[in-house]
Amino acid sequence: MNRLITAACTVFLLGIASACSVTESNEPTAEGGSGAIRVESSADECALTAAEAPSGNVAFKVKNTGSEVTEFYLYAEDGLRIVGEIENVGPGLSRDLVVRAAPGTYVTSCRPGMTGKGIRSEFKVTDSGKDAKITGVDQATIDTATSQYAAYVKDQASQLVDQTMAFTAAYKDGQDDEARKLFPLARGYWERIETVAESFGDLDPKMDLREADLEEGQEWTGWHRIEKDLWPPASGYKQLSPAERATYADDLLSNTNILDERVQTLEYTVDQIGNGSKGLLDEVAAGKITGEEDIWSHTDLYDFQANVDGARVAYEGLKPLLEVKDAALSTQIESAFDALQVLLDKYKVGEEDFVFYDKVTEPQRKELSDAVNALAEPLSKMTGAITL
Amino acid sequence: MTAPSSDSPAKGSLSRRRLLGAAGAGALAVGAAGVGGYAYGNEGEDPPQGIDQATYPFHGRHQSGITTPAQDRLHFAAFDVTTESREALVLLLRSWTEAAREMTAGRSVGQFTALPYDAPPADTGEALGLNASGLTLTFGFGPSLFEKDGKDRFGLRGKQPELLRELPHFPADNLDAGRSNGDLCIQACAHDPQVAVHAVRNLARLGFGTVAMRWAQLGFGRTSSTSNAQATMRNLLGFKDGTANLKSEDREEVDEFVWVHEDDDENAAWLAEGSYLVARRINMRIEPWDRTSLREQEQLVGRDRQQGAPLSGGTEFTEPDFEVTGREGLPLIPVDAHVRLAHPTTNKGVKLLRRGYNFTDGTNTLGRLDAGLFFIAFVRNPEEHYIPMQTRLSGQDPLMEYLQHTGSGLFAVPPGVRSKSGFIGETLFS
Repeated sequence: MNRLITAACTVFLLGIASACSVTESNEPTAEGGSGAIRVESSADECALTAAEAPSGNVAFKVKNTGSEVTEFYLYAEDGLRIVGEIENVGPGLSRDLVVRAAPGTYVTSCRPGMTGKGIRSEFKVTDSGKDAKITGVDQATIDTATSQYAAYVKDQASQLVDQTMAFTAAYKDGQDDEARKLFPLARGYWERIETVAESFGDLDPKMDLREADLEEGQEWTGWHRIEKDLWPPASGYKQLSPAERATYADDLLSNTNILDERVQTLEYTVDQIGNGSKGLLDEVAAGKITGEEDIWSHTDLYDFQANVDGARVAYEGLKPLLEVKDAALSTQIESAFDALQVLLDKYKVGEEDFVFYDKVTEPQRKELSDAVNALAEPLSKMTGAITL
Repeated sequence: MTAPSSDSPAKGSLSRRRLLGAAGAGALAVGAAGVGGYAYGNEGEDPPQGIDQATYPFHGRHQSGITTPAQDRLHFAAFDVTTESREALVLLLRSWTEAAREMTAGRSVGQFTALPYDAPPADTGEALGLNASGLTLTFGFGPSLFEKDGKDRFGLRGKQPELLRELPHFPADNLDAGRSNGDLCIQACAHDPQVAVHAVRNLARLGFGTVAMRWAQLGFGRTSSTSNAQATMRNLLGFKDGTANLKSEDREEVDEFVWVHEDDDENAAWLAEGSYLVARRINMRIEPWDRTSLREQEQLVGRDRQQGAPLSGGTEFTEPDFEVTGREGLPLIPVDAHVRLAHPTTNKGVKLLRRGYNFTDGTNTLGRLDAGLFFIAFVRNPEEHYIPMQTRLSGQDPLMEYLQHTGSGLFAVPPGVRSKSGFIGETLFS
């Protein structure tokens, strides 16, 4: 217990905390936050440096000193309801668990070997007088958020099927102008749920691979194969024959149907939705901002908008949870979404179309990129905040 | 843990290295030579330490990174403010101050806040296990912070220093707008480039949504010495650079030529104890220079290459004698030699505190080195202490045949943060 840290330090934020850690000894610790309650999970012991903490954010730094994989749980008083958990801590490793805890009695548990009830002890959270309004998010709110998101994905997938059908029909029929018009619009349904679609490792390469992504000997199929045929390079390209067109179009449609079928049974956790939202912004930052996504058609801004739409839906769904956990972060995310949308609107043509990306200048691209950074940075903190 | 307010860190402070549990042994190799007069990490507690353990105080009358003995590496960054909210800008300056306190003491950003496993880490991590490495962070405000396109975004117009204007066009300038100016700047200097880059990266990250990086420059091989204890280094022309530089020990001259005085500008009393930072990215035409005879090189510079002595004779620190003539009565130091044009006697006695770095940004499209000198000087009055001299050099210095200025910036450097609750630019925003 010689490394006991005054428990008061654990809830303080950066800055004020520096005053607390004077009591910290020079004992080496792992990187990351200090000021946490240290937990040592060995084969037969679950040793905590403190048995109580003031209400607010309570941090545990769990070190696995045993030889088996371990877990650490914080349960409610009944010993059943999980308040917070960390899993899969390998021998010798440390990991932080941060929970937002109201005053009351709790139960801690280490589960070396990940079996049994674990080594349990009582843990008290005293009233710090702060964070009086700590309320959990009830299960109903969580269920609403996750089922709404599942419904959204299903809706987008089914519209993707319809739109892909119309697009591939026009393409097969040689109505190239129509196909070119439909291409970015149909893709929008894909891009809104891109992180879900990409989670199917077998479908994504068949449907959304860019020419530059190809491996030696790999067959190129999907959206971008057709894109190149509709917006061919000026020289050195041989147009696909009607039969070839039919092959690629049918293949895309059939994979789209498989995707639609699969998402019918998918369920999501809040952290998957949160990470998916952030992931969509990563997609924007990686491929769309640079104009690499639609290198032949230059319809990147359609995909950009669709990624942002999908990210926003995910955020809106989680908003009731986030406002309980971190209202300021929620406001910050919301205004960054608004600011990015104002920028994107400048490139809108009519109701649903956008300027071609090769007409967007470097300074304009930088401005878009800055707005993506401004949104993605707070958005990246959403999952951590709602899982507190 | 408290941030050091004096020359040495508080007892018991944890460096990033010690947090990781490594003994300080890895840091022993580099001697303290070359960096004099300043305290290092926990002396007395640990074995002799290397320059990677150097720590400079963040708090003080002046910002550090000006008279601090020039470190080996630079990461300079200029930012545009992307918000119009004064409150958001002040909030950022406060969070930059907080992060700068941590990082200059060798700690991580947000070290004391435990974060959920599902959150990105507060610190980006590449400096974990490294010491402060002499890191200093120096912040500046560009003219456009006070007024941009006729707009007073932050209610600061009335406080814009008279002398804080975009630098004029100098003859032969070929400025890249993408490497010039900016609303804010940060000069990060450290002995370890990883530490300097880590600092700028984390400050930029804290700034997303409030500021956006406009341009940045990495520098190596300090080209100036700002302390008598430091040897004079060489620029990429191969010559010692900054022999006549103002040194921190020349207190009276530093006071006269570096620090802004309270009554210098009635609109800008907030800048007292601060300075102006002149940044110039000066590309060198390396390949043609290397084909130039030693005779011509020395005639252009006005010093001997070997030891840096003026061509009038003596050793490096001998004052050049511009009167000494040789055969046919010609001066040993040519009338247009760089050393003569830049010398205080040609510039109304003005002395400069320079803190520049060599740079190489790979090669250009012609396969030539994209290299040169990233010139930094801190001056009390840019209109008297920099612009006349640069006008003369750009117009008359035959060395310009081998130089081209490609980036430029002038920034007002506010005074140092005095207290633990203070923040960068407090005097401007209060």
